[in-house]
Amino acid sequence: MENFVFHTPKTVADAVSTRKGTSGGKFLAGGQSLIPVLKLDLAQPTDLVSLAGLKKELSYIKVEGDELVIGALTTHADVAGSDVVKKIIPSLAVLASGIGDAQVRNRGTIGGSVAHADPAADYPAAILALDATIKTDRRTIKADDFFKAMFETALEDGELITEVRFKKPEKAGYLKFNNPASKYAIVGVYVAKYGPNVRVGVTGAATVAFRLPDFEAALAKSFDPKVLDGIKVSEEDLVNERDAKADYRAQMVTVFAKRAVEAAH
Amino acid sequence: MLEAKMGQPIRRKEDQRFLTGKGQYVDDLKRPNQTYAYILRSQVAHARITGIDISAAEQMPGVVAIFLGKDVEADKIGTLPCGWLVTGKTGPMVEPPHPMLVTDTIRHVGDSILMVVADTKDQAKAAAQACVVDYDMLPVVASIAAARAEGAPNVWEQAPGNLCYDWEIGDRAATDAGFAKAHKIVTIEITNNRLVPNAMEPRAAIGEYDSGTGDYTLWTTSQNPHLIRLLMAAFTLHVPEHKLRVVAPDVGGGFGSKIFHYAEEVLVTWAAQKVGRPVKWTCERFESFVTDAHGRDHVSTGRVALSKEGDFLAMDFDTHANMGAYLQLFAPSVATYLYAPLLGGVYKTPAIHVNVKAYFTHTTPVDAYRGAGRPEATYLLERLVEKAAREMNMDSIEIRRRNMITTDMFPYQTPLAFQYDTGNFQATLDMALEAIDYKGFEARRKEALGRGKLRGLGFSTYVEACGIAPSAVAGSLGARAGLFEQATVRVNPTGSVTLFTGTHSHGQGHETTFAQIVADQFGIPMENIEHSHGDTAKTAFGMGSYGSRSLPVGGSAIIKATAKVIEKGKKIAAHMLEADVADIEFKDGNFTVKGTDKAKAFGEIAFAAYVPHNYPLLTLEPGLEEQAYYDPLNFTFPGGTHIVEVEIDPETGVVKVVDVAVADDVGTIVNPMIVDGQIQGGLAQGIGQALLEEAAYDEDGQLLTASFMNYTMPRAGDFPFFKVGNHATPCTHNPLGVKGVGECGAIGVPPAVINSVLDALWSLGVRDMSMPASPQKVWRAIQEAKAKGTSADAE
Ligand SMILES: Cc1cc2nc3c(=O)[nH]c(=O)nc-3n(C[C@H](O)[C@H](O)[C@H](O)COP(=O)(O)OP(=O)(O)OC[C@H]3O[C@@H](n4cnc5c(N)ncnc54)[C@H](O)[C@@H]3O)c2cc1C
Repeated sequence: MENFVFHTPKTVADAVSTRKGTSGGKFLAGGQSLIPVLKLDLAQPTDLVSLAGLKKELSYIKVEGDELVIGALTTHADVAGSDVVKKIIPSLAVLASGIGDAQVRNRGTIGGSVAHADPAADYPAAILALDATIKTDRRTIKADDFFKAMFETALEDGELITEVRFKKPEKAGYLKFNNPASKYAIVGVYVAKYGPNVRVGVTGAATVAFRLPDFEAALAKSFDPKVLDGIKVSEEDLVNERDAKADYRAQMVTVFAKRAVEAAH
Repeated sequence: MLEAKMGQPIRRKEDQRFLTGKGQYVDDLKRPNQTYAYILRSQVAHARITGIDISAAEQMPGVVAIFLGKDVEADKIGTLPCGWLVTGKTGPMVEPPHPMLVTDTIRHVGDSILMVVADTKDQAKAAAQACVVDYDMLPVVASIAAARAEGAPNVWEQAPGNLCYDWEIGDRAATDAGFAKAHKIVTIEITNNRLVPNAMEPRAAIGEYDSGTGDYTLWTTSQNPHLIRLLMAAFTLHVPEHKLRVVAPDVGGGFGSKIFHYAEEVLVTWAAQKVGRPVKWTCERFESFVTDAHGRDHVSTGRVALSKEGDFLAMDFDTHANMGAYLQLFAPSVATYLYAPLLGGVYKTPAIHVNVKAYFTHTTPVDAYRGAGRPEATYLLERLVEKAAREMNMDSIEIRRRNMITTDMFPYQTPLAFQYDTGNFQATLDMALEAIDYKGFEARRKEALGRGKLRGLGFSTYVEACGIAPSAVAGSLGARAGLFEQATVRVNPTGSVTLFTGTHSHGQGHETTFAQIVADQFGIPMENIEHSHGDTAKTAFGMGSYGSRSLPVGGSAIIKATAKVIEKGKKIAAHMLEADVADIEFKDGNFTVKGTDKAKAFGEIAFAAYVPHNYPLLTLEPGLEEQAYYDPLNFTFPGGTHIVEVEIDPETGVVKVVDVAVADDVGTIVNPMIVDGQIQGGLAQGIGQALLEEAAYDEDGQLLTASFMNYTMPRAGDFPFFKVGNHATPCTHNPLGVKGVGECGAIGVPPAVINSVLDALWSLGVRDMSMPASPQKVWRAIQEAKAKGTSADAE
């Protein structure tokens, strides 16, 4: 790990301007993705801008209209344990409770997870299925515009996520197939029903989270796992690794989508 | 508070310090003015080094020294020795040198190239990474198949065809005769997957040199500090024992991987003298994956000849074992003497022949890993027996019972050199069947099917060999060391006891078990006993802990030493009580004169021994300290039955272990809680091998599973509560009647898991499964069987 300068701003504005003043700085939230990256020397930031001082400002869970609003520094454990989340979008609490292990959930944050855009992370499936908007220090970004590629998002250099807003579905379900070693998703499928529309977000299977229009159309006609049986998921863009080859992942997308529909409430 | 007696489930004394973070591991130690070493490891599997440029690195901040292979050679440091000479059909094994740092050729990913010593670890690492190593890539053989291929490149010039040895045991002619009579011959081909030990504590070492006295000290993560000192004195560092102290303080797990003498132990000790400061090295996790000796890695064919009724007439095994790039300390014996004789198992098969060929490859060396040879044998044999049952249309239990050695046959001479002294394989089988509710299984299978899940039940009836080892036998088979054990019982003046052992505890709970034995012998409380181990300056000698030997061999030495103390105590008591020695009895901590109420407590005798005012000084020395060595008469033979019930999700291939019932015979039990813990840990490791763990190399010799992101370690949450039962038949040839328990969990259970998986999938037409039975592999097997359209009914 290379040396870096450590900053401890106290406000969002302060954090953004501090970060702007660095040549190759990074925000540090829960550190559950960034610290491993530093330890493996996969990145050598000149500066770390700690967001710990923003906890008061950016750690919250609230309901505004038909939206569940979660501050960027809210931990996975807070989301998993929140009565508000369990009431408004119970499947999101299920998702958060399945991230990593207790230590990871106690430190890792929703903002960090979304910004990091790990192809096997859980939240990206929720962002897509629950038609979320990502609020930053300067704008709001729609779910469908946010994830660009592996570890790549629509965020500009130095742009800080402040909150994530999820649309409350009529019902929704999330199911994840764990990699047995890392517990990240080999495949995770989030299914959400909004009146006549259905959104399906898939994570883990490809290098970036994606939606499945074929599944969405079929489920919009009938929200029943059986309607997915005949629809083939293309292997083409799926991750093809020794741990889980593309054909296996494709099949698991269908299996877990069906199970997510079954679990939806 | 439980009484300090044999057989009591007394809580582990050592857990107080371990669970409160007060353990002192090597990496916790900090020596004054200490430097840090970082070793540059090869990223490629096979290459010729054409140049190493350290000039830039030498100028980097904090760098104290940089050592290359040629510096080690120049100081006449030896190469790492192999402790066992296997002589095969055509002569002794090929034994290539195993240098501390390579000089010209790299032979596996992780091979050591150079060592930087600096003021801080980060500085050492940065400088190591700034060293420029030029090399020419050479072709790689990364598997047994690649090593055996026509025209394969040689890992060692002196080993054509990459063959280390070609060895056999058993009566070929008798075996052939058995096969000639066969009604049916069943054949199985299986791979035993390579494993990475992954002790929780990575290896570490600190070397220190005292220029005033010329004394060296090495702190190391070792299961056997005296053995390390012996090897360093005789073969590597060439500093004699009286000038070299080796300390293995608290050690966080070994599983075999910390038996072996590693280069870092020599390098830090040697470098400490060169740089005039202590040198500390701590392994990083990736380094652990590629430099700790691995386990298993066999490819085998097994055949059984059966009579019409299902009797085993003969068996024949052909095994190819991967040694890796170098021969580790015990590696040659693990694939031969610790493996092949166990292929007789619990069965009375009259004729067996085993052939083992060992090969070099460009991979991390393989050596003893929990079970060492015996899991490989058990897996091969119990998969073969299961397959024989299927092909003979016999019940899995029936075929085993029919061929099992019965209690009236002990001592039982196997056709593969071992003589089992005692056992009761039927009793453990019955216990385990009862515990798993065998009768209720078909109902459970049906219930699961109703939920779309496939249930299976799998068995393994096994025997293993522990208590390593009778020195004369081991010596005749090629061992280059004795395998006895030593213990010293020091009774202190006020009656407390300090026990010194040559065995080393790194998770086994010796500090409790051994104190329990001494407390029971002397009739004194547990808290009056302290167990000291792991320091060559304190303990006289010992061969250390591995091969489930600490209690059968080390415990026997303790019993012998306590008996000597009691014998001397009787003489002192006789004098003090003015009685004849023959009339003195020792019981519950008191020396009494037979038939009277005249008595002296243990503490009074101890005091008299050190304050000998009223003492038979003319015939007896003062003091009360006794030492004993114990060399076992035979191996011990724990055994039992392991049964595993799984439930498979056919849509995903996920195998869930729903129940595990085992019944083991580990001889007399000193502390049942510790025995249960050892069995449960072993089971987790064994099920880990069967379902989760795999050290997978690609063709270029890169370890694909070199981190916890893709090497799956078993976790508590992966398992149900294990049902652990015991049925003891005491060992007949050691004083405690104990057999050893450290390894049997990992030995017995893997075939039970895979047999269970195959049982679950049988109706779908799946006929083979390799370890680890990962979800993807199981799913694929189901798809392939479906595509073929085979099913049990169709056959
Ligand atoms: C053992 C382990 C297991 C895990 N398992 C899972 C799993 O099963 N599923 C899963 O989804 N994840 C898993 N994770 C990842 C975990 O969820 C991380 O918490 C998360 O990915 C990052 O959140 P963080 O707060 O720790 O961010 P950090 O690690 O601090 O930061 C990650 C990245 O996001 C940036 N960043 C952080 N906050 C913001 C912000 N507000 N605005 C803009 N950029 C920001 C940082 O600069 C950095 O580039 C696991 C991690 C570990 C260590």
